[in-house]
Amino acid sequence: MSGPNTSYDPVEVAALDPTTIDAAVEAALAAAAGATTLEELKAVRGAHQGDKSPLALANREIGALPPSAKAEAGKRVGQARGRVGQAFTARQAELEAERDERILVEEALDVTLPGGRRPLGRRHPIELMSQRIADLFVGLGWEVVEGPEIEAEWFNFDALNFDADHPARQMQDTFYVDPPQDGLILRTHTSPVQARTLLERGVPVYVAAIGRVFRTDELDATHMPAFHQVEGLAVDEGITMAHLKGTLDRLAAELFGADITTRLRPSFFPFTEPSAEMDLRCFVCRGEDPDCRTCKGTGWIEWGGCGMVNRNVLLACGVDPDRYTGFAFGMGIDRALMFRTGVSDMRDMIEGDVRFDAQFGMEI
Amino acid sequence: MRVPVDWLREYVAVPQEATGLDIAASLVAVGLEEEGLHGGGVTGPLVVGRVLTLEKEPQKNGKTINWCSVDVGSANGTGEPQGIVCGAHNFEAGDLVVVILPGGVLPTPQGPLEVSARKTYGHVSAGMICSERELGLGEDHDGIIVLTRRYADDPAMLERCVPGADAIALLGLDRETVEVNVTPDRGYCFSVRGVAREYGHATGAAFSDPVADLARRVPPASPSGYPVELADDAPIRGRAGCDRFGARVVRGLDVAAPTPGWMRTRLTEAGMRPISLAVDVTNYVMLGLGQPLHAYDLATLGEKIVVRRARPGERLTTLDDVDRALDPEDLLITDGGGTPIGLAGVMGGASTEVSGSTTDVLLEAAHFDPVTIARSARRHRLPSEASRRFERGVDPELAPAALQLAVELLVEYGGGTAGNEVTDAGSVEPPAAIPMSVGFPSRIVGVEYDAATVVGVLEQIGCTVAADGDLLTVLPPTWRPDLTTAEDLVEEVARIHGYDRIPSVLPTPPGGSGLTHAQRVRRTVADLLAAQGLSEVWGAPFVGEDRWVALGLDVAAESARTVRIANPLSDEQPWMRTSLVSTMVDALRRNVSRGAKDVALFELGLVTALTGPRQAAPTEDVGVHPSDATLAAIRDAVPPQPRHLAVLLAGDRDRAGWWGAGRRAEVVDVLELVQALAEALAVEVVVTSDAVMPWHPGRCARVSLADGTVLGHVGELHPKVVAALGLPARTVGGELDLDALTVAADRPVTASTLATYPMAQSDVALVVDASVPAAQVHEALVAGGGDLLEEVRLFDVYEGDQVGEGRRSLAYRLTFRSPERTMTTDEVSALRDAAVAEAARVHGAVQRA
Repeated sequence: MSGPNTSYDPVEVAALDPTTIDAAVEAALAAAAGATTLEELKAVRGAHQGDKSPLALANREIGALPPSAKAEAGKRVGQARGRVGQAFTARQAELEAERDERILVEEALDVTLPGGRRPLGRRHPIELMSQRIADLFVGLGWEVVEGPEIEAEWFNFDALNFDADHPARQMQDTFYVDPPQDGLILRTHTSPVQARTLLERGVPVYVAAIGRVFRTDELDATHMPAFHQVEGLAVDEGITMAHLKGTLDRLAAELFGADITTRLRPSFFPFTEPSAEMDLRCFVCRGEDPDCRTCKGTGWIEWGGCGMVNRNVLLACGVDPDRYTGFAFGMGIDRALMFRTGVSDMRDMIEGDVRFDAQFGMEI
Repeated sequence: MRVPVDWLREYVAVPQEATGLDIAASLVAVGLEEEGLHGGGVTGPLVVGRVLTLEKEPQKNGKTINWCSVDVGSANGTGEPQGIVCGAHNFEAGDLVVVILPGGVLPTPQGPLEVSARKTYGHVSAGMICSERELGLGEDHDGIIVLTRRYADDPAMLERCVPGADAIALLGLDRETVEVNVTPDRGYCFSVRGVAREYGHATGAAFSDPVADLARRVPPASPSGYPVELADDAPIRGRAGCDRFGARVVRGLDVAAPTPGWMRTRLTEAGMRPISLAVDVTNYVMLGLGQPLHAYDLATLGEKIVVRRARPGERLTTLDDVDRALDPEDLLITDGGGTPIGLAGVMGGASTEVSGSTTDVLLEAAHFDPVTIARSARRHRLPSEASRRFERGVDPELAPAALQLAVELLVEYGGGTAGNEVTDAGSVEPPAAIPMSVGFPSRIVGVEYDAATVVGVLEQIGCTVAADGDLLTVLPPTWRPDLTTAEDLVEEVARIHGYDRIPSVLPTPPGGSGLTHAQRVRRTVADLLAAQGLSEVWGAPFVGEDRWVALGLDVAAESARTVRIANPLSDEQPWMRTSLVSTMVDALRRNVSRGAKDVALFELGLVTALTGPRQAAPTEDVGVHPSDATLAAIRDAVPPQPRHLAVLLAGDRDRAGWWGAGRRAEVVDVLELVQALAEALAVEVVVTSDAVMPWHPGRCARVSLADGTVLGHVGELHPKVVAALGLPARTVGGELDLDALTVAADRPVTASTLATYPMAQSDVALVVDASVPAAQVHEALVAGGGDLLEEVRLFDVYEGDQVGEGRRSLAYRLTFRSPERTMTTDEVSALRDAAVAEAARVHGAVQRA
């Protein structure tokens, strides 16, 4: 680099000529504005901002000026470089923004394309229904119990006051384990869990037994050889039929809506006295169509049996019947599902066709 | 029980306007549930018509139809003959028939059908000529009703058959029959009398007991009565098989005397077939009053009747012409103690049956022990109208009145003469009085019944009530043998007062412990599997030996683990399942046969798992608390039934789609599910290779708990199993003992403090024999890596030239972390080398460069 040249005439230094600088700025601004992509901008940037650009050259010449001229020239060149720098930075930001916009557009997907790489499975609606019922009873302060499906005849019948010769014992279409004299059957109802619970837990007791039961019915649209029941048993001091009604009304309201109409109808079961059937207002005709095929015109649909625990059951289970009273009921869960969801063919419930489960969510 | 409404009206004051539907609704309130309504289904215009002309027109389909013009009087509004097409051929011009005109309604199994004029066989048929079946009068559909023949012997009826006359009343189609379900405790409701009494209870309508009137006309028993000896030397449970035997004689019956039309109608409506006057009268009295009767041809009887138990080897041919071997428990009616002539209370014998030539009859009305009759009816598979009633309890005081009615009817309609012989053998125990505190019904039902209500209801149903302060002594009526305890009386009070008046009150339990651990585990497991894409199924637990064979299982071993059903629905499936997979394959096949390709199923359910010989379960009488030993024996006799969990996956686990190809379900997918379950339950499971059926011997894994307890197996189904059962190729699955898993999960986890120092990772590739299971190499690395080894992850498996034949390279990423400090590179290298050294020591692993 040369030393200071005191005799130097700035006018004579072409690179620092204001007109030249202005022209360089204009050219740079035009180039920045003219760049339409980040690549173009980068390409032209060197010519206007690089080491060999006119403004860089001009800047280098400043050093050769006499001190008196340096300040002015430096200011001019500095401002010029500043404008050019800003212009390129702004254009850079603009083009980056455009690119980012464009990428977002380019990256757009058809979000309506279907998924289904691994579809969700399902719980069986009968199980969901059972859970819902269990939760209701837990909420009421009851507990949920279970028992075996292959059961001793004593638990299924004798403990429940079904005498060996009682006609009611013949009413049950029972599967017997071979040989029949071994005293084992497939439980025909969840009621043996009553006896098991009373024997194991004593009183007071409030339990719901939920599970699978069996009758020798061929599978068709309205019968299954295996189906599901919820058994309720409450034994305590001061339990009455009003408590039975209150509990069943609550269960019905929970499963079928608060506006469901129920009725207790006198009936007979060996293990309860007094006994009743709980009927529900027909879901289809609401009791208004004498030709209704769902309720056969009666306006009511049978849901399950219930009553006050027979004294003989309490005695068999070692409970003092003069101190404690209790109620028991056994309601069909499969029937409840049919009522609640309109399932019309029971075979759909047992055959395991995944399309049946798939109709329902995981909460019923 | 079918109750013809007009018969009911004879015994109780049913309001004129009450329909069958109204009556059924009243009866249900007192416990007689409606089973059905019969009759009343035809609504007009249904009229008498006279066939004026009849043209036979053969049709292309081979049938011949009749194009008829029928005079229906002015019933059609024009008085012109009605043109009707009819396919039946049992009539001719001039016959009187029954015609339903357009607008009339017929009952059909599919519901009411309104008849309209319609085009058929080239004519407009303006109505139908009806058959019995179309009108619900009977099953006869071979031809239409020809009134001219139907009433040939009944001039009065024939006179009413003029064209245009209303045929609904003429044929009794306005008559209704209410069918109710009678529960086993209400034997007396197997009669119109019993139902009438209940109708009175339900509505307050006046009941007029037909028996009261008859009883006044019953002649006293005479020593000259037909001799009957009650000689039961083997009562069941101390109760004599027969405690009362009444008999009457009617002589000189007109063998040609028909059963009157009204009686035939009532019998038919009540569901019984009219046979002959003597038989019809016995059935009519049984239906009306509830007392089964039997008529013997007096000429075939000897000197006396002896009622006794059967002797070994005895036989009897019953009325249905079946020759039956008798059991010493059977109660018999015998001729003089010798030849059996009837199975008491069940069915009479063929040899003494009334026939077309019978003129003198002996009528039997007895009271038999319910247990004796129930056992005989069951033993001989012979449920009869009589046995149905005796089993449920017949009023022991009813026999004399019932015989009186039967005698009167035979005298009136059969032209016979009542004999002087009036037999009334035996003596009946009166009902036992029941003590009950007057407040007891309130205590049980939760309704405040005052004393007047309690006593009033009990007296209304026929009890005699004596009060001593708060204590009632209640003597039930003879027709209510079901009333034996105070609770029975409570039900009477509650039902007559009205179940609908019982309030609805929620009980307040002391509070429970929520769901059990096992119940919560079941939900977690099932929800997890569903979230993993599996659908829950369940099925009947029955399998046949052929299924075990198809699954490659040993029939003897499986049958030793389970029980057989004595009366299975299908003889092909008599066994209770020993595994869920054995029945689940049916659901898989069903889904596939219905078009599904990618199927993932799971089931939670019980299986039978006997571990040794089984004992019979003892029993105990009702109302008796068994001894501890008996209870233990009952419980122990019930086979173990653990809850299992099974999965089956066929087709793609990840499906193909627009995103690309699918991925077939493999054993590793099942292991992933098992691992997910184990993690969800915070249980450690160990997977080792195994080879058991029904799994592919090279693709089968045993799943165990850390303590060695085997939970079950997973794998790919053996190709032979797949072929035998027609399952999708390469179906994978598994079955675990969920109970064992549940037990293992039943403990709180002990949390450890999280280390927050940086982790250090080091990758190693180990070459081992291809036969060394990856899990074992993993185990060695863990053992050698020490406490600071946080995770071992297998990220690559390579087999090929670079590692040599029969060898493979397993690449692991080892993650180390100290809870106390940042580990140095040297420390990490040393631990890694220690881990590798252990793998080398145990499995000969060589680290790849």
